[in-house]
This record gives sequence, C-alpha cells and structure tokens, in this order.
Amino acid sequence: MLLISNSRVIDPKNRVDDRLSILVDKGRIVKISKRIKADGAERINANGLIACPGLIDMHVHMREPGREDKETIDTCSRAAAHGGFCTIVGMPNTSPVADNQTVISHVLARGKNALVNVHCTGCITKQSLGQELAELADLKGAGAIAFSDDGRPVRNPLTMRRALEYCKMLEMLIISHSEDLELADNGVMHEGWVSTMLGLRGKPEVAETVAISRDILLAESVGARIHITHVSCKNSLNLISAAKKRGVKVTADTCPHYFSLTDEAVIGYNQNAKVNPPLRSAEHVAAIKRGLASGVIDAIATDHAPHTALDKFVEFDNAESGMVGLETAVPLVMTNLVAARVINLRRAIELLTIGPARILGLDKLGYGSFSIGAPADITIIDPNKEGVVNPEEFESKGRNTPFAGMELRGWPVYTIVKGEVVMRDGRVV
Amino acid sequence: MNVEDLHKRLTSAMAGRYLSSKDVTGIDPLSRTDIELIMDCTRVFKLEFIPSGEKKLPLLQGRSIINFFFEPSTRTRTSFELAGKALGADTINISADSSSMNKKNETLNDTARTLNAMHADCITLRHSSAGTPMMIARMIKAAVINAGDGMHEHPTQALLDLYTIIEKRGRAEGLDVVIVGDILHSRVAGSLIRILRKFNANIRLAAPPTMLPAYVERFGVKTYHDFDEAIAGADVVYALRVQLERSAAAFIPTLREYSKRFCVNMARLRQAAEDAIVMHPGPINREVDLSSEVMESRQSVVEEQVTNGLAVRLALLSLLIRPREDLAKQTRLTGRG
Repeated sequence: MLLISNSRVIDPKNRVDDRLSILVDKGRIVKISKRIKADGAERINANGLIACPGLIDMHVHMREPGREDKETIDTCSRAAAHGGFCTIVGMPNTSPVADNQTVISHVLARGKNALVNVHCTGCITKQSLGQELAELADLKGAGAIAFSDDGRPVRNPLTMRRALEYCKMLEMLIISHSEDLELADNGVMHEGWVSTMLGLRGKPEVAETVAISRDILLAESVGARIHITHVSCKNSLNLISAAKKRGVKVTADTCPHYFSLTDEAVIGYNQNAKVNPPLRSAEHVAAIKRGLASGVIDAIATDHAPHTALDKFVEFDNAESGMVGLETAVPLVMTNLVAARVINLRRAIELLTIGPARILGLDKLGYGSFSIGAPADITIIDPNKEGVVNPEEFESKGRNTPFAGMELRGWPVYTIVKGEVVMRDGRVV
Repeated sequence: MNVEDLHKRLTSAMAGRYLSSKDVTGIDPLSRTDIELIMDCTRVFKLEFIPSGEKKLPLLQGRSIINFFFEPSTRTRTSFELAGKALGADTINISADSSSMNKKNETLNDTARTLNAMHADCITLRHSSAGTPMMIARMIKAAVINAGDGMHEHPTQALLDLYTIIEKRGRAEGLDVVIVGDILHSRVAGSLIRILRKFNANIRLAAPPTMLPAYVERFGVKTYHDFDEAIAGADVVYALRVQLERSAAAFIPTLREYSKRFCVNMARLRQAAEDAIVMHPGPINREVDLSSEVMESRQSVVEEQVTNGLAVRLALLSLLIRPREDLAKQTRLTGRG
C-alpha cells in the first residue's frame, strides 16, 4: 500500500482541486479523501505538493528500432519518468518506420517492460513516403493508437483525403505534422528578421498555415477527425479556432519550446535551438500562449527528439532538427505558463493529462484522470522546487536542449506508474 | 621598400591600436575603430607596398595560412593566396565539397581539433552554411577570416568596398548608396549593408520583392522595386551578381526581363550623381548586372576593387597573424634573415 497524504490533488476532468490523500493498493487507486488511515502503508508526505493524474506525452521519438544510439525505449521511458510523465506515445518515424505490424508489435513488446506506459502510432503511408496508404487496419489491430507521417508530411492532398476517409471508417485519428514542404523550401529556421540577420534560409509562417488549412478542409470534407501537432504560429491558431467554431473535429497541441523561446535562441548558430517547426518570433509565442489559455490548443506535447552530438554539432544547415523535451516540460510549464500567469495550474494539468487522453481516446481506458479502481498513475509536482536545467543529469541519451543552464521553478518530484514509484525526489528509481 | 620599412609604416599606421578580436568572422563583430584600423593599414599596402613593385616582403615568414574553401572560388581564394605569399607565409589551399566536413562523420569540434593540431596561424574559411566560420573560430586558436558563409557575410569584400568608396569619394558618411540585384542570396550585400550602416551612409536596396530578405528594412535601409527611382542622385551604384548558380531562375522570370528592369546601363547611370562610381564584386554577368558600356566607362571602379581586395587582405593578415607581444620580437628575427 502507498499513501500520498495531504497533497493538493488536482484532477481537471473531475473538477477536483482540494487538499486530499490518495491511497494506492495493488497498483490501483483505492481511496481519495480528506483523511485516510492506512497503517503500514508506505507514505509520501505530499504536504505542499501537487498530485495529479499521470502526465501523458502524446508526441515522443523513442528512436527504437533503428537509432538506439540516439535513444531506446528503455532510456526514453526513464527520461519520461524523470520528467513526471507516466505515459508516452511514440511517433512512427523509426528505422524501419512503423508502417507494418512487426514494428508496432516490437515497440509495444519492448514497452511492456518499460518504466512508464508506452504506446505508439503507426505510419499513414507505406514507408512514410506519402504515396500509398499503410495497412492501417492491421496497424490498429497490432496496437497503434493513431497514425502519423510525422516529419514527412503527406505531400499529396489526395492521399491525405483517402487516409482521412479510411481512418474515419476505422475510428482512428490522424496526427498531422502540417507543413507545406514547397513553401518551407528547405528553410532551417523561422523566416523573419533573425533569419535575415543570420543569413539562414527561413521557413515562413505560411508554410505551416497553408498545410493546416488544407488538412482542416480535407478533414471537414470527409467528416473525419484530425489532430494538428506542434502548432507554432499565430495564424495556425486562427485557422484551428475558426474550424472548431464551425464544428470541424480538429484538435491541436503545442510544445513547451513554442511558448518558452523565440527565434532569437538561434542567434550564435545554436544548433540546439534548431527544431521543426522552427522557433518563431515573439508575436507567435504570444499567440501560442493565448491559444493555451483560450482552449484552442487541447494538449501540450514535447516532441522529444533526442539526437547524438554527431547529428547536432555540425554546420547549422546540416544539423538535425529537434530537441529533447521530456525532462524539461513540467518546469517549463510551471515557470513560463503557471508562474507567469498565462494559465492556471488546473488548466496546465489539463493540457498534460485529460487533454491528450481525450484526443487519443485514452480517457476511455482511464488515462488522464483519477478514478477509484483505476491503475494508479500519479505525478507529484513540487511547485516551489527550484533547479537549473543540467543535461548531464538527463536520463535520455539526448543532450540536445536549448534550456541548459536555465533556472526553472516547479519540478516533478514523484512519478508513480501503476502504483509503482518509478521516480522519487527527482531521481529515477 | 624592405621589410623594415613596411613594418615601420604599419606600426605608424596602427598608432598603438589592435583589433579587438582574434578573428574577422563578419562585419557585425567589428567595431568602427577596428574597421578604421584596417582601413589605415590597407592604405599602407595600397599606396606604398603594391606600387613599390616588390612582390614579396617576408613579414610573415615561417607562418602558415590555410585557405579552406568549401565552395568554389577563384577570385577571393587567389587574392588571399597572393596576400599570404607576398608576406612570405606558407599558404595551403584546401578545396572540398561543401558538406564534406559533415560527410566525414566529424562534428565541428573534431574539425576544430584537427585545425588546432595543424598549428596554422590563420584559417580563411569559405563555407556554404552560414555561421560555420564563427563556430570554428570559437573553437580554435588560429585567427579565422570568413571568406564568405552562405547567405550571411563576406566581410573582406565589404572592407575592400568601403576602402574603395572612401578612396574615391573621401568618405562614406552621408553618401547615397544604391545596391541593386539579388539581395536575398547575397552575402556581399549582407556585409556591405552592415559596414555602410556603421559609417552612416544612406542605403537604398533595389530588387524585385522575390530577391529581398524578410524585414531587411530593419538594417536601416530603404527598399525599392523600381531601380530608376532608386538610382536617382546616388553617389555609389553597387550592382550585385545575379547568382545563377544559386538558382536565381526561380526568383525572376528570365534574365532578359530582369536586365530590362535592373541592369545598370548608361541611361540609368546618368540619373545618378554626376560623379557616381559603379561597383561590382565580380564576376560580372555582362548586360545583366552591368552593361558593357558602363563597365568600360570611367565611372566604373571594378578593377580598382580587385586591387583594393589584395590590399585589404594584406592588411588583415598582418593585423591578425602578428599578435601584439610578438610584433617586436618577430621584426628582429626577420630583420636578421
């Protein structure tokens, strides 16, 4: 038995925000109430701490199979536990890509032994080439919970339309990395004053918005659901907001870096600030914050993208895109959103729990909220804990973060997965 | 002129000043004082060394310079090589495909370590990827001169251009300078705009909108799509090369149409100030960037730019390779030889 006593329990789905204790037994939540007597139970005195449903990251790159030098399912899970996440959802751009049941089965089998709950997505098209649909029904059967050609957006609108129609039949979600590759034109950062100053090729905002428009219109025309991942621009939010208002089944997420950094982070040719979509200028960052507050954005995901030094510390143009995110997401949310009064704590937790759970249908399996009898996935956050981001302390193999050295306040202190404490006092058990 | 004379003349031109950085990676990191120092030393080479007919004064004897060109170049590389050899340094040229640093599975750190182990005194580096010279400079002991990085900067070109403008017009301050052509892809423009802003010239950029970078006005320049309007009364007309090799074709319909609107021809030049000078970084696309008539006219200073390029590079090598504490000692050594 495990007793988490006197914490501020925040469960946005059930509209709970109160000083409560949680009792866990045999991996399940057995009681949540003001006072619990549980003689002999292991005790976490959570006075002053926040206990919430286990955090869910719906967008990570576990790199396995194929690039185990960057990350493995094991190290990624440890990074998740370290960062307060109980559940991670892997993207299918592994090597080979997850366009067949074998890869899905492999990832899920490896995930069974991992510290956290591991789910995965399958490709929309064969080899993520954007030409022919992958065996979507079989991928679903093998356990994929959504489909995406993340990083290699489906170029052909007809293919995308068919994928949406097919997914509607399967009641499956397409997660779209919406980017018009022609308009992006091999840009390596946001197109703006900073790209002009640095002489780097820019990706304009319109490369994202044209693709989002297309994907929304296609989803609308066939009546399918669509999820737009890692939204980074002001006008993207306008498009998604308008679509939601007219009843399109569209959802969206953004990542901590899009509300924490501007394109100025690239100055000095900082490869760790190279990411796709690129870090945008201040007006976009402000818009993303408004979108988080207004409800246009439904979830925060990290797009955790570990890379080796060899992938990153080369010429800026040749450096791979992406940054690790699992181990910095919570303090970035706490510091840049909650403490900065962009959103309140309840909303922040919603964006990391029931928000992504609903998008993926994981809420039906009990993810993203507390309920008696459900598996005990619990994240405990110390809102006052201060710390400096130190990549050397990461559990991830990736050290590629632009947040190194940053002082942040509000860190995860316990991660409990199915009743097991997998991270305690900031250390993975 | 002998080595002793040159050293004396340089020392007097330096007047106790030194560059604030071990590198010249761009115009941005240089202060106005740095640039004035470079101009003063360039003047020594331009007015005294080059006309003296001496081809070699071993000021940098025993020192080594590596010209690392990851992108094709003839003029700039030759100019650096001539400058190094004229000062008696050993110069080594390495040309390679632009991405080979990366292709060899090396990080920039590894490259820097190799360069450090070579104990070169100066590395001139041209690379198709913006920022690479800065990143290398941060990691190595040798002086690094950016010989052009992507669409970012080409500082030695801007230094020679500034020298040429001051030589011809006495100053840069308050002059109306029109830069015409593919500003978007031009590192020459990148450095020229920066250096002219530091010296308070008025800059007009003339180009079709497809060839102007985002928010370029923030440099403190005015943009024009109508070259005839832009050139009116200009003191300096600077034409850029339409960079066919950078697939300019996708940005303009045809060279023919481009030249109609943006070629510097005599009719347009007559709208500029009477004593306007015409400049170009070379190599010139005749009848596209400049008409032959303009090229041959007395207003063109294109060849002077090439000579000044040599003078600027001689000055930079002397300034960067000779650290202050070595200055006296080294003169004694070379003097003995």
